[in-house]
Amino acid sequence: MTALTKSWERLAVPLFILAAWEVFSRSGVLPQALLPAPSVVLHTWADWITGFDESSQANSGRWLADALSSALRVAAGYAIAAVSGVALGIAIGWWRWVERTVEPTIQMLRPVPPVSWIPLAIIWFGIANKPAIFLVFLGAFFPILMNTIHGVKTADRNLIRAASMMGATEQQLLRHVVFPAALPSIFAGLRIGIGAAWMLTVTAEMVAVKSGLGYVLWDSYYFLRYDLVLAAMASIGLLGFATDGAIKLLMSAALHWQHGSTLQSREG
Amino acid sequence: MASIDLQNITKIYRDAKRKRDLLAIDDVSLSVQPNEFLCLLGSSGCGKSTLLNMIAGFEKPTTGTVTVGGKPVGGPGADRGMVFQQANLMPWLPVWENVAFHLRLKGWRKADRRSAAQEYIDMVGLRGFENHYPAELSGGMSQRVGIARALLLNPQVILMDEPFAALDAQTKMDMQEELVAIWQKQRCTVVFVTHSVDEALVLGTRVAVMTSRPGRIRELIDLDLPRPRDITSPRFNDHKRHILNLIREEGMQQRSVAAA
Repeated sequence: MTALTKSWERLAVPLFILAAWEVFSRSGVLPQALLPAPSVVLHTWADWITGFDESSQANSGRWLADALSSALRVAAGYAIAAVSGVALGIAIGWWRWVERTVEPTIQMLRPVPPVSWIPLAIIWFGIANKPAIFLVFLGAFFPILMNTIHGVKTADRNLIRAASMMGATEQQLLRHVVFPAALPSIFAGLRIGIGAAWMLTVTAEMVAVKSGLGYVLWDSYYFLRYDLVLAAMASIGLLGFATDGAIKLLMSAALHWQHGSTLQSREG
Repeated sequence: MASIDLQNITKIYRDAKRKRDLLAIDDVSLSVQPNEFLCLLGSSGCGKSTLLNMIAGFEKPTTGTVTVGGKPVGGPGADRGMVFQQANLMPWLPVWENVAFHLRLKGWRKADRRSAAQEYIDMVGLRGFENHYPAELSGGMSQRVGIARALLLNPQVILMDEPFAALDAQTKMDMQEELVAIWQKQRCTVVFVTHSVDEALVLGTRVAVMTSRPGRIRELIDLDLPRPRDITSPRFNDHKRHILNLIREEGMQQRSVAAA
C-alpha cells in the first residue's frame, strides 16, 4: 500500500465529519453563533494563535502561552504520577507485605473521582498551578499504578528462577527482570494516564486556575464565543493526540524486542 | 570438581484442599561423582524434577540433606548452572546479552560482557545470531542460548531439566551430540532429567531409573558404552530392554495398586 492511500485512509473520516458539519452549520437550522462552522472556528483559532485580526478579542495571539501553561501542568503532574505510580506499583506487586498494608487504602481512594478533590485542592494549594498539578497527578496515578501492579504480578516466574540461578539478588531481580518484564503493562498504564492528565488539567483550569486552554474554554462560554470553545476543544484534542503519539514512540523504542511477536508490531 | 550428595531425601507435599499429605519422594540417597553425567529417568510425576530442583535450591527436602561440593545447598546460586525445559531467555535482551546475563549482574562493562559471551556463543554454534532477539529464534536455537548461558557461569555442576523435550527428533539428536562434546571438553558434573530411555542411554555415564509416586530410585545402571553411542548396537538394546522391563513392571504394580 502506498503512503498516499494510507494517509487518505486516516483522513477520510475526519474530513467527512468536517464537511458535513460545515454544510449543516451554514444551512441555518441552528443559529450560527451556537454551532459555528468549521471555517469560522479555524478563522478564530488562527487569530488566537497568530493575532492577525483580533477576532478572538482578548485572547488574540495568546494561544502558545495558553497551550504551554496547560502542557506544563500536564507534564508536572504526569511526571510525578509516572515515577510514584511505577515505584509503588512494583513494590505492591513484588512484596506481599506492601500489598497487604498499602493496597486497601489505595483501592478505597481510587474510586473517588479526582474532580471531587477540587474543593480540598483549592484550600490546600490556592488558585494557581498547584491544584491543577495535584489533580493531574490523581488522574494519571491510578491507571499507571494498577497497570504496573498487573505487569509485575504477571511477570514470568521462570525468568525470575533463571536469574536467581545466575546469582541475582532481590534488587537485581527487580531491576533486571521484573521491571523490564512489566514494561509492556507499564506503558499501557502510561497511555491511559496521559489521557486522564489532559482531562484533569482542563477541568482544573475551568474551576481553579486563571490560565490555560481550559480557562479560555470556560471563559469563552460565558461570553457565548462558541467558536473559541470549539477551538479550545480542538487544541486540547490535538495536544492530547500529540502527547499520546510521543509516548507511543517511546514505547516502540523501549519495547522494540516485541517486534514480530505481538499483534501490535504488525503496524510496522 | 564438585560431587553432589543426596542423603535420605523425602518430600511431602501438603494438599491443603483435600487435607492430606502426599509423599512425593521416599528416602532417596544418591551421590554423583565429579565428571559424571547422571541421567535421572522416570515417567512424569515421579519426582525427578523435584530432586533436580532441590539440587538447584528452588525446593527444600522435607527431611534429608543435599550437598554440592561438600556444602549444603541453601538456595539458587551461580555455582550451579541450570538449563530449563523452556529456554527462559529474557525476551528484551539480544542473544549475547542473555548469554552474558550473569556478567551484567556482576556489573561488567558492556564491551567486556560482549567479548566474554562470544566464546560460549561460538561453542553452541550460534555465531551470526548474537544480536537476534529470543522471539526470532527457533526452539533449538533458544535452548542453545540457554546452554551457553549456563556454561558462561563456568559451573562445576550443570543441572538440566528435560531441555530437549520440546525439540524435533533431528534437532534433538544434534543437540545431544553437542552436549556430550561440551561435557567432555568442560569436564563438569551433569545431572540430566529425562523421561526418554533413548536419551538417557545416549547421554549418561550412569542412569538412575526412578519409580513413581512415591519417587524412589529403582535401579542405578552404569553405562560403559563407547561414545559416540550407537543406538542400534546390541549392547545399547540390551540396556534399553532391561530398562523398559523395569518400567513395565513398575506400571503393572501401579495398576494393581490402583485396582485394589
